[in-house]
Amino acid sequence: MASTVIPFGPQHPVLPEPLHFKLKIEEETVVDAIPAVGFVHRGLEGLVSKKDFIQMTQVVERVCGICSAMHGMCYCMGIEELMGIEVPKKASFLRIVWTELHRIHSHLLWFGLYADSFGFESLFMEFWKIREKIMDINEATAGSRIIISVNVIGGVKRDISPEHRQWILSTLDEVEERLKRLEKVIYEDFTIRKRTVGIGILSKEKAYELGASGPMARGSGLDIDARSLGYGCFSELDWEPIVEYGGDCYSRAKVRFREMLQSIGLIRQAFQKMPRDEEICVKFNGRPEGEVISRVEQPRGECLYYIKGNGTKNLERCRIRTPSFANFPPIMSMLIGCRLADVPVIILSMDPCISCTER
Amino acid sequence: MGAKEKQLKPQRRLKPVSNIFKHVKESKIGLIKNLIDKARLKSPWLLHFDCGSCNGCDIETLACLTPVYDIERFGIINVGNPKHADILLVTGTVNHRNKKVLKQLYDQMSEPKVVIAIGSCALSGGIFRDCDNVVGGIDRVIPVDVFVPGCPAKPEAIIDGVILGLQKFANKQKRK
Repeated sequence: MASTVIPFGPQHPVLPEPLHFKLKIEEETVVDAIPAVGFVHRGLEGLVSKKDFIQMTQVVERVCGICSAMHGMCYCMGIEELMGIEVPKKASFLRIVWTELHRIHSHLLWFGLYADSFGFESLFMEFWKIREKIMDINEATAGSRIIISVNVIGGVKRDISPEHRQWILSTLDEVEERLKRLEKVIYEDFTIRKRTVGIGILSKEKAYELGASGPMARGSGLDIDARSLGYGCFSELDWEPIVEYGGDCYSRAKVRFREMLQSIGLIRQAFQKMPRDEEICVKFNGRPEGEVISRVEQPRGECLYYIKGNGTKNLERCRIRTPSFANFPPIMSMLIGCRLADVPVIILSMDPCISCTER
Repeated sequence: MGAKEKQLKPQRRLKPVSNIFKHVKESKIGLIKNLIDKARLKSPWLLHFDCGSCNGCDIETLACLTPVYDIERFGIINVGNPKHADILLVTGTVNHRNKKVLKQLYDQMSEPKVVIAIGSCALSGGIFRDCDNVVGGIDRVIPVDVFVPGCPAKPEAIIDGVILGLQKFANKQKRK
């Protein structure tokens, strides 16, 4: 039978980002999917030769606007390990607070786009309304809504005052209450179940083979979470990675929903265990030398930085492997054999971040 | 500008508006044109194109459409088709791959049109100015009417930019 090629993107209403796929189609079934990348490639890793290693903190935060705090944290952790800097305990807890806030707002953003992908416009608006609460916290504590630039080498730039702490906790209570109200919609709504249950199945073996990471892997029953390495002060907090076993779009959404509630709990714990009246940033001397690999868990999965310094102010190499990049092979295998109408839902279930993938 | 950019041909122009008035009396044409001009100002349609930004400005642009900022109260709708759009919102730097796409989108839009550049990357290249794959701000490829600074630009600034763009839009209509 003759097959048709349908171009999906780069400018399309499903995602704000220029993602391009060539979908080879026989009747209604996708038989092959070819991704075309490069629309957002900036050549950011090359900037190491032009900016010094302290300025690079600001550059890596702009790899991706949605998870910028995690990128900054991962880079700073790598440099601190290279130079043997001991980060104050309070700074580690503050980093947890900000990164978990970023995780919540990223997942809320994703839920909005996810609802939009199957045409549930009012749910999209509802999730983004909740997200603005988190944005307000970011703006009040760090001065900016999205790229908050709080991480510096040796600690964090700002402290959270006791009044702000109270306000953040009460806002998070409100967010949790609103999320609980939407829980039933995501889990039980007839339309959502029809569009997501059993769609885009990724088995546990396949997820492991193709190197899926983050909610993609955890939705398929793989217990992989870089936070369980205990970086920062995660080892002192009481939590467990969230795993679902369905392997379809529905399970991945469930993982993300439970993670949001978990992140609220983690922030509460971090505030409880945070030491009071301590310094938040240490001074340091010297320049980085040697090589290091630093890993953190982002909303989309595990992010890896390979940093190589040669004793000068410019680094020799800074290689970034982002979770969306790792999640492309699984999505290719999921698209083959699905119906054309399910393509947007399946692609969105991976939470694609093109500016991360292409840098 | 390289030699390659000159090869990009503008898309086929849409039919001039006057053809619509084939069956209308001579005396009423001016009246209807005025009505269209007024209506267009009250409900401009947006086209948003992410031209290689870090997502920061994109999600702020999307946040404008959601209940807290609600740009739709000005009659603005986000559309996916360039031929329906009056205003082009562009975020991010231009690189060698997507400058062709940006040029095509601009050419497909019908006159009068306004281009709004959002964020410091779209203005000048921002922090990525020195990167090897970056051409620079979007004014290297298409003419820009309003510049909205910020990294990322706040939703309030974007709404302000769109309102400023609408004034320019009205001026362009008069000149036509």
